[in-house]
Amino acid sequence: MSSLDLMYQELIMDHARHPHGRGLAEDFDGESFQVNPTCGDRVQLRVHLAPPAGPGAAGEPVVARISWDGQGCSISAASASMMKDLAEGKTLSHVAQLGDAFGELMRSRGKGIDGAQADLLEDAISLEGVSRYPMRVKCALLGWMALKDAVAKAVVGDDSPAHIPEGI
Amino acid sequence: MTVSLAPTDQELAAIRADFPILGRRLITPAEEAFYQPSAPEGGGAKLVYLDSGATAQRPRVVLDAMRDFSENHNAAVHRGAHALASEATEAFEGARESIAAFVGAEAGELVFTSGATGAINLLTAALGAASTGRGQGLGRRFAILPGDRIVVTQAEHHSNLVPWQELAARTGAELAWLRVGADGRLRLDDLEGVINPRTRVMAFTHASNVTGAISDVAAITAAARRVGAFTVLDAAQTVPHQPVDLPALGVDFAAFSAHKMLGPNGIGGLYGRAELLEALPPGFTGGSMVEIVTMRDATFLPPPHRFEAGTQAVTQAIGWAAAVGYLSHLGMERIAAHEHELTVRLLDALATLEGVRVLGPAEAQDRLGAVAVDVAGVHAHDVGQYLDAQGIAIRVGHHCAQPIHRALGVQASTRASLALYNTADEIDRFVAALGEVRGYFGAAG
Repeated sequence: MSSLDLMYQELIMDHARHPHGRGLAEDFDGESFQVNPTCGDRVQLRVHLAPPAGPGAAGEPVVARISWDGQGCSISAASASMMKDLAEGKTLSHVAQLGDAFGELMRSRGKGIDGAQADLLEDAISLEGVSRYPMRVKCALLGWMALKDAVAKAVVGDDSPAHIPEGI
Repeated sequence: MTVSLAPTDQELAAIRADFPILGRRLITPAEEAFYQPSAPEGGGAKLVYLDSGATAQRPRVVLDAMRDFSENHNAAVHRGAHALASEATEAFEGARESIAAFVGAEAGELVFTSGATGAINLLTAALGAASTGRGQGLGRRFAILPGDRIVVTQAEHHSNLVPWQELAARTGAELAWLRVGADGRLRLDDLEGVINPRTRVMAFTHASNVTGAISDVAAITAAARRVGAFTVLDAAQTVPHQPVDLPALGVDFAAFSAHKMLGPNGIGGLYGRAELLEALPPGFTGGSMVEIVTMRDATFLPPPHRFEAGTQAVTQAIGWAAAVGYLSHLGMERIAAHEHELTVRLLDALATLEGVRVLGPAEAQDRLGAVAVDVAGVHAHDVGQYLDAQGIAIRVGHHCAQPIHRALGVQASTRASLALYNTADEIDRFVAALGEVRGYFGAAG
């Protein structure tokens, strides 16, 4: 498989064509708007938090719903789609762990990450090929940056709409 | 019968041999794991460089000139009196003379800057200074007052837009702009309405770095002159590709850049008509631009040195002059003819591709060889990745010109931009690869 085919695996292209979580939910506890300065791609993302779901959650809220909309390349769309599948229903600390693991994967320059962390990421591990292209890493991280920001806002009770520049 | 000015295949091959990088085969770090030494010609893809609009490649003479200066003549210019300092100063001022002559100007009309962006920012800083009363009586003519108007266009590179937004904000002036039409050209029918009697500055690009459309400089300067506005031309895209005579164009100021015309990066120029530079207060201040300095104030040198505060990029100036020498030797008319032929070939071939829309004029008339396309159903980053895997270097994104992309209804585009060293074969390889993109990403049919 060429590195191009590795980057655009079928799984990734499926997510890009039919992204999960696309279409903004009406209500939200935190919202974020992020842009990729090299191409102007953007994502607007909303999270809805819920009280702990069951035993063992140790009183921690979970990310109950993630919805997003945006314009971007297939990598950014696929990444946001996989992120939605991964993070929804997980506790805040687990979501933070996922974000760290994915960030490490993207910084790995094609070397990948260790087994335990890789297992955490499920389908999103297929984006490892992107880490070979430093110029594309930002595309894959766009949704994750928005999730981190939206969760941080939700946690402090800031449910104001994200600032979106006029006329874009 | 018309005889083409464009170089023959043999001449073009000789030109290409002057650019060491054009011989490179490309095995990107990403490809290394899959590298097969048994592949033809040693593996990897032969570089097809179609990103000269972003930065051009450099011929050996430019590198040699910079090395020779560094090894044999380097010293601080305009300081000290030793033999080396004198050689370095002469070389630096000689470079200014030849670069100025290349655009039809006198040496005193060319201010060295860090690039085209540096040139515009220097000018807006100077106009800002004049607006707060610096430059005494002479400088008053440059003052921009609350309610005055600064006009730009929707086709600007951010470098000729954002500094004007900032100057408008600092002075209380109003920012207005000429729009672009669906064909990517400036809408000159708006000229009279947009350039009102309060207009002080008309800043516009000589050619769009996205659509390649060449602006009607005569019409725009005439409209600006009628209301006494200064004209500022962003000539960074045109000077490398066609003969440009700035005084003949009738603009008051112009900006251009070495690295887009076979020179090194880190240096560019601000052209200003002599009479205007004479009256303009400095934008940046410090060493090398002063006459007498007391603890209270200072007096300034005449132009161009009044505008060159601090240590200058001397080695780069030497390299830039060598680039200008190389271009002059080939002849800008011939370069323009060659690039025009390639642009026609490119536009004709693109017109045959389904799902590929050219942003900007579909004809090569009054158009540079910067050709941006939108590929239906495939994001520009994905297009670029596919081409990169074949060694084809093009630009993806908004090319530092977000407003014109928005005006043309796209977020980002894929741009091929030509230079004198490109070949018909390279155009064909680009078009062939581009034709495969929609199929690869499942966007065809």
